[in-house]
Amino acid sequence: MQLHISAGDGVPIYLQIANQVKYQVAAGRLAAGDEIPPIRVLAHQLLVNPNTVARAYLELEREGIVQKRHGSGTYITDAGSPLARKERLKILSGRVDALLAEARHLEVDAQELIRLIKERSQSIQPKEAP
Amino acid sequence: MNSASHAIEINGLNRKFGAKLALKQVSLQVPRGRVFGLVGGNGAGKTTLIKHLLGRLTPEQGSVRVFGFDPVTDPVAVLSRMGYLSENRDLPAWMRVDELIRYTAAFYPGWDAAYAENLRRQFNLDNRTKIKALSRGENAKTGLLIALAYRPELLLLDEPSSGLDPVVRRDILEAIIRTVADEGRTVFFSSHLLEEVERVADDIAMMFNGKVVLTGPLDQVKASHHRLILRFDSAPPSPPQVPGVLSLTGSGREWTAICNGGRDEAVAAAARVGARVMAEESPSLDEIFVAWAGFKTE
Repeated sequence: MQLHISAGDGVPIYLQIANQVKYQVAAGRLAAGDEIPPIRVLAHQLLVNPNTVARAYLELEREGIVQKRHGSGTYITDAGSPLARKERLKILSGRVDALLAEARHLEVDAQELIRLIKERSQSIQPKEAP
Repeated sequence: MNSASHAIEINGLNRKFGAKLALKQVSLQVPRGRVFGLVGGNGAGKTTLIKHLLGRLTPEQGSVRVFGFDPVTDPVAVLSRMGYLSENRDLPAWMRVDELIRYTAAFYPGWDAAYAENLRRQFNLDNRTKIKALSRGENAKTGLLIALAYRPELLLLDEPSSGLDPVVRRDILEAIIRTVADEGRTVFFSSHLLEEVERVADDIAMMFNGKVVLTGPLDQVKASHHRLILRFDSAPPSPPQVPGVLSLTGSGREWTAICNGGRDEAVAAAARVGARVMAEESPSLDEIFVAWAGFKTE
């Protein structure tokens, strides 16, 4: 499991870890039943405080993305996939918010932005529709 | 281990050097089993504070306790529980690495020779090199080795990363993480590399001009600060005054405000001077630091 943490931006590190695990589940890079690294191992790998990793795992556990198995480790749950779409949308929501804020700076309203998204979407559409 | 609830407890500590107050009413609590980062500008009083923890300075007012012991009257109880890496890395220049390791081992009943050897290999240190011939990075790693090898309950690091390349800094961060992860011990370190502090610290204290301006869990410190982008309908003739804001930077119609707590109050205050909030984000520790630095020197 490869994660990338950047300490300099405002997003708390535990949230960066939790979000990236969710993202990997959503993207299919982590599947139900996959084991994620023990807290200490990931802390060493990312050079972050183990309590931070523990907090990220707790968050993931609370949301049902991962499950601790007694004495053996932490695994991605079966619930991972049904959640995937919701998670994908949640990840995109953040990007959309940023886009909306930027549009507001540039004095482009939401209607115009939606038009632009449709236009761009058509221009980058692959020939064979999914 | 003993029963003191905190690894370090400082209450109302004052210290003067001549007419200058180096520490003003400093109070800090360092919980056990956590990583505590002390940040502050040059001359903020970090090293003076650390000297009190080592018992090298006597409090003029206030008290300092390490695991419940007074470092001045009970140095053995304190120093035997503490591994210390100084900023100046004052190791005996004439000794060889293996001599320094043997020499230090003699002081500590809990010295773990296998662990020391392990660290020496991991750090790529040659037993036969004289301390004075070590590079800056090797010197830091040697200092770290002798601070770690008796597995102290408290690891105290004064500016451990200062002036070191990224590879050695990585070794130091790993040592900090291993210390808390594997054995639940406590780390107290001072640094002005805020990205490192943000990575490894559970709790922080921020010092300026001898005063602790804020202290607490890093998460709470971060959550209580906000960065607001303010937009004015027309450019104010002089930098706008927004009450409750730590720092305000920008020009023309757009300004960035960093505020502590009271986010709603800051928004309301901004509205009163004719500004709209265009965006709201969480600032990095770096930005929080810079905001407080400016706020304090005004």
